[in-house]
Amino acid sequence: MSSTHAGLDLSAEASSPWADEPQVQAGWALLDCSLPAVRPIFEATAHEAIRRLTPETLLAYWSAGHTLGRLGRGAEPLIAWLTYWPEVVEAIGDEHAQVCLEKTMALLMRMHKSPNSKAMAPLLFSLGPTAHCLGSFSLLKAYLHSVSNFMDATTGSIHGRQASLASPGLIDMLAKTPSLLQKLSLEGWQAWLDFGQRAYANHPPQQVEYFSLRSTDSLAVIQRERHGLLMRDAERILSLSLKALWNTQAHFEPLPTAQIDVALGLQEKSVLPCIQIDRHSSEADDIVTMGLPDVLDDLSGVRAINRYLLMTMHMAAHKRWSTPCIADNWSPSQRVAVEWFEDTRIDLKLMTLWPGLRHSMMALYPPVKEGECNEATHACLLHRLSIFSRSVLDPSIELQDAGLSDWRSRFIDLLNDPAVNTERVAQLALQFVAKTRRPTDSQAEVYFTHTQVDWRDDNRHLWRFIEEGDEEDTSPSRSATSEEELKSLPPQLYPEWDEAAGNERPDWVRVYEFLHPSGQASDIDQLLLKHDALSKKLKRVIDQLKPQGRTRTRHLEFGSELDLDLAIAAQIDIKAGLIPSQRIEQHFKHIERDLSVQLVMDLSASLNEEAPGTRQTVLQISQEAVSILAWALSELGDSLAIGGFHSNTRHDVRYMHIKGFEESWAEETKARLAAIQPAYSTRMGAAIRHASRPLMSRKSAKKMLLVLTDGEPSDVDVSDPQYLTHDARQIVKELQAQGVFVWCIQLHPDFESSVRTIFGDHCTLVDQIQKLPEILANLFIRLTR
Amino acid sequence: MTWMVVDEPLYLPLGDEVALYEAAYAARLPVMVKGPTGCGKSRFIEHMAWRLKKPFITVACNEDMTASDLVGRFLLDQQGTRWVDGPLTQAARMGAICYLDEVVEARQDTTVVIHALTDHRRSLPIDKKAELVQAHPDFQLVISYNPGYQSVMKDLKQSTKQRFVAFDFDYPEAHKEAQILVAETGVTQAIADVLVRIATSARALKGHGLTEGVSTRLLVYTAILIQQGVSPAAACRMALVRPITDDVDIRQSLDHVIDACWA
Repeated sequence: MSSTHAGLDLSAEASSPWADEPQVQAGWALLDCSLPAVRPIFEATAHEAIRRLTPETLLAYWSAGHTLGRLGRGAEPLIAWLTYWPEVVEAIGDEHAQVCLEKTMALLMRMHKSPNSKAMAPLLFSLGPTAHCLGSFSLLKAYLHSVSNFMDATTGSIHGRQASLASPGLIDMLAKTPSLLQKLSLEGWQAWLDFGQRAYANHPPQQVEYFSLRSTDSLAVIQRERHGLLMRDAERILSLSLKALWNTQAHFEPLPTAQIDVALGLQEKSVLPCIQIDRHSSEADDIVTMGLPDVLDDLSGVRAINRYLLMTMHMAAHKRWSTPCIADNWSPSQRVAVEWFEDTRIDLKLMTLWPGLRHSMMALYPPVKEGECNEATHACLLHRLSIFSRSVLDPSIELQDAGLSDWRSRFIDLLNDPAVNTERVAQLALQFVAKTRRPTDSQAEVYFTHTQVDWRDDNRHLWRFIEEGDEEDTSPSRSATSEEELKSLPPQLYPEWDEAAGNERPDWVRVYEFLHPSGQASDIDQLLLKHDALSKKLKRVIDQLKPQGRTRTRHLEFGSELDLDLAIAAQIDIKAGLIPSQRIEQHFKHIERDLSVQLVMDLSASLNEEAPGTRQTVLQISQEAVSILAWALSELGDSLAIGGFHSNTRHDVRYMHIKGFEESWAEETKARLAAIQPAYSTRMGAAIRHASRPLMSRKSAKKMLLVLTDGEPSDVDVSDPQYLTHDARQIVKELQAQGVFVWCIQLHPDFESSVRTIFGDHCTLVDQIQKLPEILANLFIRLTR
Repeated sequence: MTWMVVDEPLYLPLGDEVALYEAAYAARLPVMVKGPTGCGKSRFIEHMAWRLKKPFITVACNEDMTASDLVGRFLLDQQGTRWVDGPLTQAARMGAICYLDEVVEARQDTTVVIHALTDHRRSLPIDKKAELVQAHPDFQLVISYNPGYQSVMKDLKQSTKQRFVAFDFDYPEAHKEAQILVAETGVTQAIADVLVRIATSARALKGHGLTEGVSTRLLVYTAILIQQGVSPAAACRMALVRPITDDVDIRQSLDHVIDACWA
């Protein structure tokens, strides 16, 4: 065949490389594309396509290519089509190929007609790997549907009618999707998609950041959706198990098993558990930090929680029974052998003490076999050590190599000696290395297969270096302990409820808690003088409510004492021939009150307005009301905590601590109340979440949350007026479900509807604000009678 | 109704408590036994009653108990009212050992009834009958309580506490506890040892989420279940984990301990 000159010359077809292949010729004819870039790609892919696809599919493939080539969008879509479509068909199967093609072409056409035409090629680039990850046509169909919806939702329009701005995040999203689908299920990916779309539909730059995996929200959502057990969720069980089995306490640090690479998406990283021990004079004082992978899946029939437990047990065993060795004089292969021997000793001890662990350990141990490693090409030391270790743990394994078998017996003999310790095991390991060394062990290629045992740690604790090395310090450091800063505590992250998505936005709001600065306590006392009459009235009511003395319940059938009056009446009835009442006993009971109240005050800027009908500001009236309430509660003996909040976007919600449960209503707390400065906005949900934390940890029988507000929840960075209202409603519902009694006092009658949405019937509207002190106190007494 | 203890209640002495109790009884001193639930307090007193061959009356105290529950009350019938003695009065009359179990659960106005019986007067005034019952020379009062449940509300007043001599009880040491299990239920020594190991691990969680550790009584129940043919792991879950906590994390941790200990 004479060589050809690829080009636009159609007459060159006769002398093209495929002149004697009618199928390829037919394909080229069908494709009928005159774009220069296409022909080399066609040549490269045609034979593969013919091999992989059935004739009908092939026909449809090239016809679709024909359509794509004529759209006027350049060669890219067609090139992507030719390259990746066969892969998709392979992933989903031939029987669905036609339907899938139709759906994909439909989506591509939609993209072509919309401003998103540049996304056509990226869609096809990602479709192949995506199809492989998803594995089935139904999932792929759902995927295409999601992409289509996403495109519609994020394609911007001016004047709201004609779609005219391309979706900012679509191309990045398509690029990152294949790697994400390796870590997340389709639902998880859809949740990630949904979140970004709802949160950033109107913020193009942030949308791009989110979908190119550069923003922290994106990572937080991905982490939430990853399948597998998060270490954070397992942490408590691991702590409890450690305490129960070893009487030890440790701090757990999650080690990231995935890193986000801007170019490549989510990359999996393999991490080994590690332990760091700061030893003190007594074992109980040791500070132990254990690093564990941040997410684990089930493996080899062993559940993720059991994998975590094994890792923890192994490290705890090291802490108890291993002693560090000096590493400077030993070569890397010697050190590796010592580590393997010591790990084997520890694991054997674990199996002996807790026979229930044997099953999962043997299931997780890699199925290493003798002879797998080719000594001619690879260094086999690790492989030998792995076989050795496995044969010690599972004595039923027959060893072909007599030498290894001999070492196994020597090892077991050593372990039977009650005086065995790390040093002696290390000596044996060194002998092992010396005696079983092969010249091939120093080759560059190391055989790693089946040499990583799932639960074993990296053994950094086993080595001490006298000379400084250049190893980087990769020890897991404790995250900054909560040293109280002078002004505010480190921010706490809280989720926020997104009603439209029906889901929480994780770690969305930052709350900074401040100790409220103090003012003049005498100001409060002055205010209270005004309400002298009210306080006297309240005192009488409080005295009645105070738990003292006893109540008597009469007319009981089984009480504690005979009620003589009723007994005489019953006796008279008997004599009169009537049937006597059986209920002639009575019972005395002490009155008890066990109540904790958390008061949350809205300190937003609207408090500085003047209250209608008076000369005071809403703020001053609120201060009076709260002081009276606090005094009343201190008389009654109930626990009260007071806090105020205001917010300036979701990154800066401030919670001002005015009075804690343990503090009494005295000079200091009065001074803080006096110094309130209203400002900013009202992000109520976050404040309620933060305030409810100390309340929930109280041990009272009854818990109450009072919210004092003069507006509706709103914030400068939220455009949807209902969003924060729904968020507040969600947290109120959650608290009520946990048994907290929630009540709201609304100072501004205009905001009745939003308060009713949030609190339902549990709200009091104050029409005449100068009556607030009386209303608040009476409300409290009524609710807690 | 006979109050005598007929069969010997099994009790394994942990120290010299038997001799000390006999000395206290010889002087008819009121005795207080303190310790966590299910560690053998009631069993010990029952054993001593059998040993000393005295009648033995137990009263389980609770929040609703009133003084009349202990002393007695008038009951109504066709003939009119008649007085019925409560357990404390019965014991005082007949010279029995009266054992008030978990006395701190009762209200304090109830417990002061025993003050007159526990000092040199040894008499019980019954106001409603205007009678003063003088205690039989063989009468002795014993109370038990669990100091771990102390709260500000529920505690014995000092005036009550200081009328008694006290014995401290705690869960036995591992080998003794295993012995008790073998003696009570007939389970093998190996199984008893594993059960005690599990109990020790669970007790380490006291204060970290568990208010009270696993009691010897629950271990005995577990052993009984195992003797009945229930698999050891299932028996442990049923008797050692499910009753003591509803916290999901603690249950899972204890389940893991159990799975690890049984082959």
